Amino acid sequence: MSSALRRDQNRTTRALLIPALTVIIVFTTVPALTTLSYAFFSWNGFERSGLAGFDNFQRLFQYPYLEQLTAALTHNTIAFVAIMILQTSLGLLLAYAMFRVKRGLRLYRVVVFLPVIFSLVVVGYLWQSLLDPYYGPINQIITAVGFPELAKPWLGDTTTALPSLIFINLWRWVGFPAIVFLAGLNAINTEYIEAARIDGASESQVFRKIMFPLLAPSLTIITVLTFIGAYEWFDLPFVIGGSNGSPAGATDTLALMFYRTSFGSIDSGANDVGVGSALGVLIFTLVGLGAAIGSTLLRRREVEQ
Amino acid sequence: MIKLLASRTFFQSILVINLLLVLLPVFFLFNSSLRESNEFARTPFALARDPFWENYQRVWSEGEFGSYFLNSLIITGGSLVLILILALGAGFVLGRYTFTGNNIIFGFILTGMLVPAKLAILPLFIQLNWMNLLDSRLGLILVYTSAALPAAIFIMSGFFKSLPVDLDNAARIDGASEFKLLSKVLVPLVRPGMAIVAIYSAIPIWNDFFLPLVFLQSPEKKTLMQGLTVFFGQYASQWGVLFAGLCLAALPLIVLYLILSEQFIKGLTAGAVKG
Repeated sequence: MSSALRRDQNRTTRALLIPALTVIIVFTTVPALTTLSYAFFSWNGFERSGLAGFDNFQRLFQYPYLEQLTAALTHNTIAFVAIMILQTSLGLLLAYAMFRVKRGLRLYRVVVFLPVIFSLVVVGYLWQSLLDPYYGPINQIITAVGFPELAKPWLGDTTTALPSLIFINLWRWVGFPAIVFLAGLNAINTEYIEAARIDGASESQVFRKIMFPLLAPSLTIITVLTFIGAYEWFDLPFVIGGSNGSPAGATDTLALMFYRTSFGSIDSGANDVGVGSALGVLIFTLVGLGAAIGSTLLRRREVEQ
Repeated sequence: MIKLLASRTFFQSILVINLLLVLLPVFFLFNSSLRESNEFARTPFALARDPFWENYQRVWSEGEFGSYFLNSLIITGGSLVLILILALGAGFVLGRYTFTGNNIIFGFILTGMLVPAKLAILPLFIQLNWMNLLDSRLGLILVYTSAALPAAIFIMSGFFKSLPVDLDNAARIDGASEFKLLSKVLVPLVRPGMAIVAIYSAIPIWNDFFLPLVFLQSPEKKTLMQGLTVFFGQYASQWGVLFAGLCLAALPLIVLYLILSEQFIKGLTAGAVKG
């Protein structure tokens, strides 16, 4: 390489790399690293006032935070399990259906994925009005079909609020696993499928013995992303239930509690940056460890094509 | 054969049911946005035979909706321009040059993909305040850019890597500088990658609600998704107006999606789907 070219390349490297690196360091790396330290200080509003040791963590595990923490963690876990089972299996069903049909595939693909592009604010308000106890079409349909006793204030009842949120989440997100699984199905070498069919395997055998095992990489990604999404669940619960997880905390989540303790809310009053940061560290550890362990375990059962 | 046909009908019907479950709520939303509020309250299901466009007029002319919309455009557009420029440059250098530290820098950038912006929000809040970038559209643009850049650089460097090296040498022999090589020869060739990066970054920013909620306080700076929550308080039970607002908020992405659905699906599943 000529020295003129090398000089030009070095200059280009500096000019093109430094701006991008600076933005990432200032607005991602530094805040991410300092977030850990925040949990070990005591705070007065947004002013730091001396070291606190593990005080913030201790307070997080005491009244009144402990009750909120256990309730929120339970809701996140219910959401994760329900979403994992419902969303993943429905997504797989839709993917397999799209894989099998010949006519209309393009239309189905566009429609299946459509809700994924909607803002959760729009989705939240749309479903809030669909589920409205007085004007909502859902209750009117239920009544019209002859089950008026089943018509409920779905989002206002503590027993149905969280399941309703999970259902709305399903409506908005199911296209994502569907498209990922469809890409996985299309990536399977058709020779395997043909060979199995020639050997007399039924379609359900082909699916269970060949396609499903080869979909393992897609399943790994979906599981890890679902886990992260479920334990950082914020937008939809906030839009529908507000920062306190109405009704009566029935839809409270870890991220809502983190937001409340960090920035304060109308009902729960002043913020506590120390406890908020401790909670942030807790969520980050939970999500990070869970995602790392989960993806290692799941990757182990993936088979080579 | 009969069994195969039967199962094909079964899958076809599953997809038709899904189509109805997706499109009926969307249709209900659009239909109701064209009806008078008290008429909607009486008969929520009736068709809007005589479209009541005044709802849309009220959304635009009353209140802050127009300014919310403009802010979202500025913030999404500004972030997108920055992300594309920075990711093109960094992706070119990391994907095409071999120099000491290349892998380390690449690895460092990838760790940025693992940081959930939500959980670094407190230090970011205090840092932005100290930098005088709190309650500022520019501050938000910089935060979004930083959050989207690692994945954007990752995608772009992959596209740059896949181009033949002969291109560079031919351009150099013709006397092109490295910058000319990038801007005149390579950029036109990585356009598909730029489309994926643009969609991958723009949709979450347009739809985002959390960062504006925390960082923007002035009513005149609020974004569309953040503003919708204000709007819903103001027009409570004025159904027609509320639905018109929701339709307007969702419309830009729906139109783009219908034109570019292939790229949308690629962009939004980038990273999750290999190949």
